Amino acid sequence: MSGAISRDEVAKVARLARLTLSETELETFTEQLGQILEHARDMNSLDLTGVAATAHPFGITNVVRDDVVTASLDRDTVLAMAPDVRDHRFAVPRILGEAP
Amino acid sequence: MKSALEIAADVRSGASSAVAELERSLSVIAQRNEALNVFLHVDSEGARAAATRVDARVARGEDVGALAGVPVAIKDNLCQVGVPTTCSSRILEGWRPPYSATVVERLVAAGAVVVGKTNLDEFAMGSSTENSAFGPTRNPLDPSRVPGGSSGGSAAAVASDMTSISLGSDTGGSIRQPAALCGLVGVKPTYGLVSRYGLVAFASSLDQVGPFARSVTDAALLLEVIAGHDVRDSTSLPEPAPSLVARVNDGVAGMRIGLVRELVDGADDSVAAAVHAAADALRAAGAEVVDVSIPELGLTLSAYYLIAPAEASSNLARFDGVRYGRRVDADDVTSMMEATRTAGFGAEVKRRIMLGTYALSAGYYDAYYGQALKVRTLTINAFARAYGEVDALLGATTPSVAFKFGEKTDDPMAMYLNDVFTIPTNLAGDPALSVPFATGEEGLPVGVQLLGPGRSEARLFAAARVLEIADGRA
Repeated sequence: MSGAISRDEVAKVARLARLTLSETELETFTEQLGQILEHARDMNSLDLTGVAATAHPFGITNVVRDDVVTASLDRDTVLAMAPDVRDHRFAVPRILGEAP
Repeated sequence: MKSALEIAADVRSGASSAVAELERSLSVIAQRNEALNVFLHVDSEGARAAATRVDARVARGEDVGALAGVPVAIKDNLCQVGVPTTCSSRILEGWRPPYSATVVERLVAAGAVVVGKTNLDEFAMGSSTENSAFGPTRNPLDPSRVPGGSSGGSAAAVASDMTSISLGSDTGGSIRQPAALCGLVGVKPTYGLVSRYGLVAFASSLDQVGPFARSVTDAALLLEVIAGHDVRDSTSLPEPAPSLVARVNDGVAGMRIGLVRELVDGADDSVAAAVHAAADALRAAGAEVVDVSIPELGLTLSAYYLIAPAEASSNLARFDGVRYGRRVDADDVTSMMEATRTAGFGAEVKRRIMLGTYALSAGYYDAYYGQALKVRTLTINAFARAYGEVDALLGATTPSVAFKFGEKTDDPMAMYLNDVFTIPTNLAGDPALSVPFATGEEGLPVGVQLLGPGRSEARLFAAARVLEIADGRA
């Protein structure tokens, strides 16, 4: 066990990522993520002061097109693939509830 | 087995027909797919209709295109309108996209016939196809071994003669690694050369669609068809597709090629021997091969396994049971999303979402993701420095030949290390290809990797063609 990430941190990250982990998964992931993060510490051997971050290989900028109306995907075709639809809209279960 | 170039020539001349070529392809699929698990969906009906249309156009004397009547397999993370697209994930089971990927439209416009969707590691995360929710694909050269991944199905389709060419996607080696393990040519194009519109995103700053083929010329032909600017992908390079097929026989006379120590160190003896033999073959053809060291490449694995999961955790947030795919019902929306994602994603996808979410979370962003982005800058600078001295780089594609099922499944880090030679290119956005050269342990194929600066595909194909000829494959 490397200790690079704790079991509580793994549980917190799972909540952020909207995943439910079983006790066994929690244990396995804590160990495996720990190993991967431990390996990543080899980057700390570098002196990265003054090095700029690169998020994209070619430093792209926004691309805009002329503001003209063009056809988009057909609404009914798109909605036909949704798990639940009401009144031509995506339907989801209750969002707001009673205060806890 | 005919090449794509030969099939297209025969269909255009009337010596063969698109329908006949398709039926040949479908019959091999019928014989071998059950044992190898290459295709998740075979679109016999759609393909027969498409082939009939191609033949009708030939009969009318129309110019059908560079891939006239060529059956093509595509990785199941590429959308084709109305055809099931799963990314090998339960969460997308049953989904039929309302649109086609640009690369699929370009295949069809060039007269190709899409026969079906091939297996992959779930959401392209893996190096063996063992992470598919629909079972692994077997290596046609030895069914006890993996075909590589994540585009293992597309590699196996060509290696088993089901099709002459196929499309995969490469985020950290997912085309080159299976090409190496299945004895094929596989190409990761320059970032932006091929449109990503309709490719289900894994890591957007690294993903590229590219070809698998048995020969260098077929790979060049397929890349020529799918490349070129697309207004629907804002990261698409605003330039036309390069001319590649016409230049495959340019040779390597006068070319300076760097044999990269870091892309050979750690490889098995038989793999290292193949790379050195390839260097000799390039020298014999007139290239100058010099030893090069790029120490920064040793750190790219760590950077990649933070950057790719970080982008994946963001991209895969869209799978929440609202607009497409599966939903597991629950009383409120948050519980529904959590139940849907928990049931829909497999272990490796969850692992990477977790890793990415952690690397991006408050308090750890600078230490992990921020640090990885700086290493990415160092990688780009290191490659640029190397390309100031040489025209192309040479190394191994993978540390070993195809490995056996289950060998690395319990140890994610061991599986990730399989990508150590292919990852650097993706971080830099440069092109690289794998070409079979010599054989390794058990007579299995070895892939030699050629890397170049952005837009150097024609040069890499010319060097690969020299190796193909020297190896007696053409």
